[in-house]
Amino acid sequence: MTTPATPYSLAELLICAAAEAWRNDGEVLATGIGVIPRLAASLSMLSSNPQLLMTDSEAYMVAEPVPLGARNGYQVKRDSWMGFSRIFDNVWGGRRHALVGPIQIDRFGQANISCIGDYAKPKAQMLGVRGFPGNSISHANSFFVPSHNRRVFVEGEVDMVSSVGYNPARLARGWSLDDIDIRLIVTDLCVLDFLGPQRQMRVRSLHPGVSLDEVLDNTGFALHVADNCPTTAAPDAAQLRLIQRLDPHNLRASQLKDNPPGQRTAR
Amino acid sequence: MNKQMTTAQMVAQLRDGMTLGIGGWGPRRKPMALIREILRSELKDLTIVAYGGADVGMLCAAGKVKKLVFAFVSLDFIPLEPYFRKARQEASIEIMEIDEGMLLLGLRAAAMGVPFLPTAVGLGTDVLRHNPQIKLVSSPYADGKDWVAMPALALDAALVHVDRADTRGVCQISGPDHYMDDLFVRAARHTYVTCDQLVEGDYFHSAPERAHQVFWERNLTTAVAHVPGGAHPSSCAPLYGFDVAHFKTYVASAQAEQGWPDYVAQFVTCTHEQYLERIGGLAAIRQLPLPVF
Repeated sequence: MTTPATPYSLAELLICAAAEAWRNDGEVLATGIGVIPRLAASLSMLSSNPQLLMTDSEAYMVAEPVPLGARNGYQVKRDSWMGFSRIFDNVWGGRRHALVGPIQIDRFGQANISCIGDYAKPKAQMLGVRGFPGNSISHANSFFVPSHNRRVFVEGEVDMVSSVGYNPARLARGWSLDDIDIRLIVTDLCVLDFLGPQRQMRVRSLHPGVSLDEVLDNTGFALHVADNCPTTAAPDAAQLRLIQRLDPHNLRASQLKDNPPGQRTAR
Repeated sequence: MNKQMTTAQMVAQLRDGMTLGIGGWGPRRKPMALIREILRSELKDLTIVAYGGADVGMLCAAGKVKKLVFAFVSLDFIPLEPYFRKARQEASIEIMEIDEGMLLLGLRAAAMGVPFLPTAVGLGTDVLRHNPQIKLVSSPYADGKDWVAMPALALDAALVHVDRADTRGVCQISGPDHYMDDLFVRAARHTYVTCDQLVEGDYFHSAPERAHQVFWERNLTTAVAHVPGGAHPSSCAPLYGFDVAHFKTYVASAQAEQGWPDYVAQFVTCTHEQYLERIGGLAAIRQLPLPVF
């Protein structure tokens, strides 16, 4: 493996890895919830897929991704109004691919952001299902997991199935697993997808310096592993420049504990 | 025609056990003065339908909520709403937890006077498992699929805050998003509106392009109360942003012994004029910066 010219952080690696989610999507609305997912969508719009559409994360479609944080004179390039009610028109039309951060994911790709524990009296109430049910039955979805562990990648099903996954037991009459489209799961250890046999979750790539055993040990269910699992591509200089432009206040540096480097040193 | 009322008069028209829809979204444009009026009242056993923020949290903290219909309760920049969490973790409220879009469709069904609207949203999820009252229907058409029959969410009353209204009930929202306020209004038998600015009817005619900022007809507005700063601590763009410091105080109160009674004593057990004084005055509210997303 070649050493990249510029050092990069793990956050930057994850932004670049997650940006790949939209590469072949064509003209869809890219939504990234949270700093790293939003930067990933923004980066994709400026590099791998210029056809993407984005919003200002408030109420307007924009012609180019809006840099994060205080604008410092940057003028948002509004294309059109896109209030929340219209977002649902877009969601249900299917021309969207969202990157969201669930608190639990299971082997089916079912995800939870509602609550942890017994539903009648949760141990920890979180946000509620938000738009997960509608997103997951309507358009493509990818997930971002900042801390890959067995509390997130649970054995069995997630505590509250907020978004539908590839679980045949939950299909309604007339529906097939082809109606569900889960793409990538980008974690702090690896990239996963559902391209294993019978849509089994698969290790797509391991981040530099991460061992397969570490991924398997931190996942509560079996993963498909292809021979010669590749290493997640390191950001190139052009990508790092774009990320800097999109995140001038370096909010990405405070997203992962201790802002670790992207190229791990031996542990 | 004069629909002007006080918030106390509005709350006097509400009854125990009613289903109330609350406009706004999370920490944005919530009719908080009206919520505080409810907190001061004897009202109880309410069913609340909302894209929830501190409105829901406060009503939960005060024991006003029998049942909550929601997709989320969040303050956005503080993701978890502390008093809503407490209510859930103590199992002190009944819930109907549904997708954000299902909530929209339920309101729309009520507005249309139909018992349900078909949708794919909810299929395959625990939303259906935990809400057995939400049924599936078989399509009568060639697709041959089952669909979720999202039931109408009919409201006894909708409570909303707008930046401008006149006494006839013409309501203007000039901020970037009216959220689902129009659907709450259309789903409700009665609508009670608080406004930051009460204007003469002529005001609207002097700037006709603003007709686009009116999202429901005045015959849907039951009453209007003039409450400057009435959305505080939530935002009312473009007039003011949300009060981050106040929300932090509110959230911290949930961790303190006697935190809620103290909050109530400080910010609820008072008139709106006193409230404004206690939070630093209307001018301070109007200086709150608009959030940058």
